[in-house]
Amino acid sequence: MEQALREVLDEAVNRLLAEFPPSETDPADFLAARFDAGLAWVSFPLGCGGLEASHADQAVVEARLAAAGAPVPDPDGANGIGLGMAAPTIAAFGTEEQKQRFLRATFTGDVVWCQLFSEPGAGSDLAAVATRAVRDGDSWVVNGQKVWTSGAHNADFAILVARTDPDVPKHAGLTYFLCDMRVQGVDVRPLRQITGEAEFNEVFLTDVVIPDEDRLGVEGEGWKVANVTLNNERVAIGGHASRREDGQIGVLADRWREAPHLRNAASHDALLRHWVDAEATRLTAERLRQQLAVGQPGPEGATLKLAFATQAQAISGLGVELEAGDGLRFDDWTMRRPAGVSMTGRDTGYRYLRAKGNSIEGGTSEILRNVIAERVLGLPGEHRVDTTVPWKELPR
Amino acid sequence: MTADLLYSDVEESLRSSVRDLLAARLSSHDVARSYDEAVDFRPLWRSLSSGLGLSGLLVPEVLGGAGATAREAAVVLEELGRSVAPVPFLTSSVVATTCLLAAGEEATVSRMAAGEVVTVLALPLDSDSSSWSSEVVARDGVLRGSVRNVADAGWADHLLLPAVGPDGELSLFLVEARDVRVDSVVSLDMSRAVADIAIDGAPGRPIVSGRDAIAAVDRALDAGAALLASEQLGVARWCFETTTAYLKERRQFGRLIGSYQAVKHRMADVFLEVGHMAAVARYAADCLATSSDDLPVAIAVAEAYCSDVAVHVAEEAVQLHGGLGMTWEHPAHLYLKRAKADQIAFGVPGRHRARLAELVDLPA
Repeated sequence: MEQALREVLDEAVNRLLAEFPPSETDPADFLAARFDAGLAWVSFPLGCGGLEASHADQAVVEARLAAAGAPVPDPDGANGIGLGMAAPTIAAFGTEEQKQRFLRATFTGDVVWCQLFSEPGAGSDLAAVATRAVRDGDSWVVNGQKVWTSGAHNADFAILVARTDPDVPKHAGLTYFLCDMRVQGVDVRPLRQITGEAEFNEVFLTDVVIPDEDRLGVEGEGWKVANVTLNNERVAIGGHASRREDGQIGVLADRWREAPHLRNAASHDALLRHWVDAEATRLTAERLRQQLAVGQPGPEGATLKLAFATQAQAISGLGVELEAGDGLRFDDWTMRRPAGVSMTGRDTGYRYLRAKGNSIEGGTSEILRNVIAERVLGLPGEHRVDTTVPWKELPR
Repeated sequence: MTADLLYSDVEESLRSSVRDLLAARLSSHDVARSYDEAVDFRPLWRSLSSGLGLSGLLVPEVLGGAGATAREAAVVLEELGRSVAPVPFLTSSVVATTCLLAAGEEATVSRMAAGEVVTVLALPLDSDSSSWSSEVVARDGVLRGSVRNVADAGWADHLLLPAVGPDGELSLFLVEARDVRVDSVVSLDMSRAVADIAIDGAPGRPIVSGRDAIAAVDRALDAGAALLASEQLGVARWCFETTTAYLKERRQFGRLIGSYQAVKHRMADVFLEVGHMAAVARYAADCLATSSDDLPVAIAVAEAYCSDVAVHVAEEAVQLHGGLGMTWEHPAHLYLKRAKADQIAFGVPGRHRARLAELVDLPA
């Protein structure tokens, strides 16, 4: 059975490459053809860009297409939320119309997404969101404020979690929507961060009208839908393949090699400790991929983001210190609105400051430790006071 | 990278056999008792060596062994570490066996494979392949000198003794243990006790000399270091699992202590570390099994990482068991002592980091 599926995938890749030779095909046309061949997200259903294969097969397909020089979706990293989070959630919960309308357009980059989840009063505690959606005939009227919205200024659509029933406990009163970012009442304002730039935005929603056909999943089941999105976020952040000395440790190691005058004994030992930790994490990620490839995903996956965040911060911190006097300089405080994030493209001071976000974005390291301890190790949950009373009675 | 970091079905089945035998034949109570009095673990070793064939695991089938690879030996060490088993598998069946096979001394290896004799390499346990030396001198086949902190010397029928001749050339001698004085030492880890060896005119049979002798010892110490990581993984896994279970049953202030964030965050970090240990230990075992070009880096990473992390996990086990963890009665201390001794075995972490610096071009 598995063998047969591998052959189907191989054959689909062969046919795609034969009919749409990458060197002679417009990238947009190639991506559309790739979607139609079921090779966009191979684990998705037939007709939705997939072939009902396993997650592990995705890597096999990506490797073959990369070897053939095929164009990649989202080359500038502006639609990570669309590809990695909105699409799998729509594939899991969308109506047939929603799948047809959004999946292909998301893969080709015609629809770019952002995520309207976090709020000033709902960060780690996402289920506490206060943005209200009130039904009005065949549509919903939405009012509230969202924050930490990467790429909202470039997005066509947003995945949105809003409160539709304040009279029930907080997890039960949420509904998940697909929100058109171009409509009246959506106000996107840049949120400048400690690096000087603004990857993120505040988004104010004032009487925004969302047709009921853009609701994703059942009214009141937004928490269940959002969890699929968030699980994919953690996979997307923690799951990439890498070579030895890939990422920040490679930048620091190269700097060490080229600048003997900066070396001292304490920095040397610290550098080697970080090198060992980074290599151990790389091997752990590789082991996880091997487990996935044989259909036995290991629970260690939950720890990878934690390890990456800890190491990125420690390595970039040493990077600044190593520069000694020149660590006092900074490359550029100009307020910019970058489309994606590069952790290795700028000077060490920038990397140090940007890495501070690694233990906050996509689940803080503290929340991740809770998740590991409770869901993987089975340790008892925290004492909770917020899960049984109606949301409107919670202290805020 | 093509290294296989998983466990094969054969490896898992070997693990089950070793674990079942240890569960039936070894109690942590006996290990603790061995700190106070002589406990005879030879029946246990006979079951493991000639019974399960572990003493011949790395020995080719033509010499009476199982012809297995370092990957299987690593799984055995995970299980031996998991029960802090006081048997000379690592010292005799891995390190000395590797040394003798490299030296071409087949007769002795066959007897070791059959479980008839135990041989240990007479070097201090903290030796690593980039920094060992011998102060034993050989003149006309007669050996004089001393070696401190030799692991499992009390088990040995034979010693493999590196010694320097009058011409300054190093040779490897096979010496009968009864011809030297083995002074047992009160050891931090009595489940792998060290001893001092005094050699005062013992006869030795030279088995290999010069560059080949050095290469044989280097290879043996590398095998020891590469596979020690798997033992450390076994030690850490026991600590992790035992502590997790305890946190689910111990109550204070009316709550299970595992529900406190201060506690569960520490266990999340321990889980991360144990998962990382599994990956680096498997990588080192696979590189050793396949004679990978990357073996030196794999060893340096595995030992720099696992040595410190196993100690940390064992320390967390003691701390999170509270007063119980401080008692002689609870077995956590046996694992802490093994982890701390293993941190030093086959090179302290700082030495492995220094070696790594050379290997990956990060000079001081």
